Amino acid sequence: MRLSCNVNGEWQQVDDVWEYESLLYVLRERLGLYGSKNACEQGECGSCSVYLDGALVCSCLVMAGQAEGCEIVTVEGLSDREDDLHPVQQAFVETGAVQCGFCTPGLIIATHALLHRKSQPTDAEIRENLAGNLCRCTGYEKIIDAVRLAAKRMVR
Amino acid sequence: MGSEVVLPTQQRLSSPTADQGGIGTSAPRPDGTLKVKGDFAYSSDLWVEGMLWGATLRSPHPRARILSIDISEAAIYPGVYAVLTHEDVPGNKLYGMKVADQPVLAWNEVRYQGEPVAIVAADHPEAARRALEKIKVKYEVLEPVVDAKSALDPNSPRVHPSGNLVRHVKIRHGDVEAARSQADVVVTGEYEVGMQDQAFLGPESGLAIPSVDGGVDLYVSTQWLHTDQKQVAASLGLPLDKVRLTLAGVGGAFGGREDLSVHIHACMLALCTGRPVKMVYNREESFFGHVHRHPARMYFEHGATRDGRLVFVKAEMLLDGGAYTSTSQVVIANGCYFLAGAYEVPNARIDGYAVYTNNPPCGAMRGFGAVQACYGCESNMDRLAKALDMDPVELRIKNAMKPGTVLPTGQAVDGPAPVAELLERVRDMPLPPERDGRFVDLRELPGGVSNVTHGEGIRRGVGYAVGVKAINYSGGAEDYSTARVRLSEAGGEPLVEIHTAAAECGQGIVTVQAQIARTELGVERVIVLTADTSIGDSGSSSASRQTWMTGGAVKRACEAVRERILDLAAERTGISPEKLVLQEGNVVSDDGDIVIPLIDFVANEPIEEVREFRHRKTEPIDPETGQGNAHVAFAFAAHRAVVDVDVELGLVRVVELATAEDVGKAINPQAVEGQIEGGSAQGLGLALMEEIQIEDGKVRNPSFTDYLIPTILDMPPVKIDILELPHPDSPYGVNGVGEPPTLSSTPAIVNALRDATGLELPRVPVRPDHIAGRVSDQRWTFATKRTKQ
Repeated sequence: MRLSCNVNGEWQQVDDVWEYESLLYVLRERLGLYGSKNACEQGECGSCSVYLDGALVCSCLVMAGQAEGCEIVTVEGLSDREDDLHPVQQAFVETGAVQCGFCTPGLIIATHALLHRKSQPTDAEIRENLAGNLCRCTGYEKIIDAVRLAAKRMVR
Repeated sequence: MGSEVVLPTQQRLSSPTADQGGIGTSAPRPDGTLKVKGDFAYSSDLWVEGMLWGATLRSPHPRARILSIDISEAAIYPGVYAVLTHEDVPGNKLYGMKVADQPVLAWNEVRYQGEPVAIVAADHPEAARRALEKIKVKYEVLEPVVDAKSALDPNSPRVHPSGNLVRHVKIRHGDVEAARSQADVVVTGEYEVGMQDQAFLGPESGLAIPSVDGGVDLYVSTQWLHTDQKQVAASLGLPLDKVRLTLAGVGGAFGGREDLSVHIHACMLALCTGRPVKMVYNREESFFGHVHRHPARMYFEHGATRDGRLVFVKAEMLLDGGAYTSTSQVVIANGCYFLAGAYEVPNARIDGYAVYTNNPPCGAMRGFGAVQACYGCESNMDRLAKALDMDPVELRIKNAMKPGTVLPTGQAVDGPAPVAELLERVRDMPLPPERDGRFVDLRELPGGVSNVTHGEGIRRGVGYAVGVKAINYSGGAEDYSTARVRLSEAGGEPLVEIHTAAAECGQGIVTVQAQIARTELGVERVIVLTADTSIGDSGSSSASRQTWMTGGAVKRACEAVRERILDLAAERTGISPEKLVLQEGNVVSDDGDIVIPLIDFVANEPIEEVREFRHRKTEPIDPETGQGNAHVAFAFAAHRAVVDVDVELGLVRVVELATAEDVGKAINPQAVEGQIEGGSAQGLGLALMEEIQIEDGKVRNPSFTDYLIPTILDMPPVKIDILELPHPDSPYGVNGVGEPPTLSSTPAIVNALRDATGLELPRVPVRPDHIAGRVSDQRWTFATKRTKQ
């Protein structure tokens, strides 16, 4: 199967895709974009979260074929410039929201999506919106700190 | 796909600026930027041109005889390069961290569901998976041994020819029977802990690359490179220098990466095919691919005087070790060391048993036996408080361990032991506001937006617990770490490179190493090189030991480098080395008059030193009496939990956790908080939701759909009070940090549930039907308190 999709602003054509491959597999193993993580591969942990035509999805639950013609943004594509960090990424680093970091890319995409919809979320809204992302290291306190910090900075 | 090889990225890490850099500051992680960008290479992200994918065929049966294995169809499946069985293991067919008793690939008999039987390498992971289905294994299914208690019955089938007892630990302290007469009140209780999973998010994975010398390079996520190297080399039949391990990015560990997973299999496939082989477990396979926290059954008898002074403790612990030894003998010992808790107990009789069954193998998980012990002990302490009609915190403070307290193992506690203070501190933190009965945000009620209550049937409870655990290896085990520190000039600036084999699993040992170098050498730019086996052993990232041990080795190596520079500076200036310091990249005299750039001393050649660090010697306990100076140090944490319980539905919302921990010295306060918050969350998981459910030896819930770990909605805010009482024996006075918060979190929450409901709740995780359904598990019969006339 041949797959064409726009990933992080560039059109990609991928050949020899098996019908059963997920978008996550294509991103990771065929496009070398390993930022989207493979923690559960059944839509429970949110580590593989990406934007698919602007919608936040678990890329492990999207069949590769469903992404045909779609625009995909992964954690690698969040920042405008190669060397810069997006304010959400910067906030995660500064607040200690990153330990092993395996959940981090998914949480960053989910936070990005939350702040896009709601620029100043309450703590309850932060919790509700990030409830689909599992983290095993941090106990989530510093992740909430990161979202608060990013929200504060992005409004300026 | 690009042509660049994707290999571990830590060597490309840059360092933060010096003003955030030294010890005692919350220096940012050197790998943080890569991790938030998605550029950090975890062990499942590795890629090299021409690599194959490995996959593992696992036994569907908990116990069966293998009659035959037919690989012929699998071997000719399109895309398959190799299919290997036990016959292809080049060296030792058995491996194990402590005891080599686990088959690399099973033959004759499988002893647990999920035991590896054959491995495949193919050009696509799906081809490998399909080839596994073509392997025909004929089993004669046998009755599995599934109950830890009946495993000790002499008539039980034997999991191993040696019998089903892994180890019986006995600790005899004082005279319990004589002490009984002094006890006004005796309370007994039985408690049970379910099987918890580490549930690290990064799956087991690695990449093995065959090398031209006939050896192999393995990039893998692990907690201890050198012990892996020994086991892998032995099973490959290769000398150590032909099996080189490099740490790939580790997506969490918590004990679950102490034992081998993909290691030997990936190397066997790589050596057989002559191609690089990558193996990655999926989540379901991960549940079968690592050991778990031991399920425990415990019996406690606490005797006390009427005014609440402990007179004796009699306790038993039974751990289900599953099919292979892993670390069971050490986990049961650690559980027994601390079964009487963080208290002064004049008389104790403790017996612990770890047994083999055909359940999944159990081994290390954060807290290592002391978690189960703390849950049992702290549960029975609350029961004792109730029997004495005494405040549970007051009872604990009255009996709190302190410096000089003699442990049941006969060792006097040295170093700080602020048990009473930690309890006072959590007690005295302000409580969260009471619910006033009016309707609140649904998200603040048990059940949340499921909208199952607007406050009716909700009861609030408050519970306390305190825990103790030994830091570093106990019982006479060899324990050291090695560090190489190199000072050179790069781009006109001094540069420090640190090389150790310490495994960064997320806890932040890379940050700590760099902080120590900045403090010791006054250099801004520090690079922590990728951990690998080309440097000496650093021991395991476990037992809350790396900051102490590898931190200690890095400090020593830095001191040695500094000494050489100061000697050179003294020669040049005529000022004695004692009057010179290293500061902001310069050698500076104490009057500040003379300043020489550090790079002047390394212009021609770098200065490099390697040092080992060892803690004081410990000794094994006596096998009959359990007596011995087995420990290096003790660490303590206390928790207070506030819960809201819907007694009609059995739903629980933890409103707040408050915790106090003595960390000796917080090298990185932000990382210390992260350990405390994360450890508390894992304790909450064990209290309320986390259990691998086993039925007839089979795992019923090997997925994140059915094995629940706390989400951001489950975790309440955590109030933290960090004490820094310097430990006399450690670098900078540090103490271990990572494990203690996991101990006391669970019993504090369950004691709060008991406070709210009045129920016994002997078992964790507490399920809704334990609260609302009044399910009284028939196995649980409780002796009531006996009050002496």
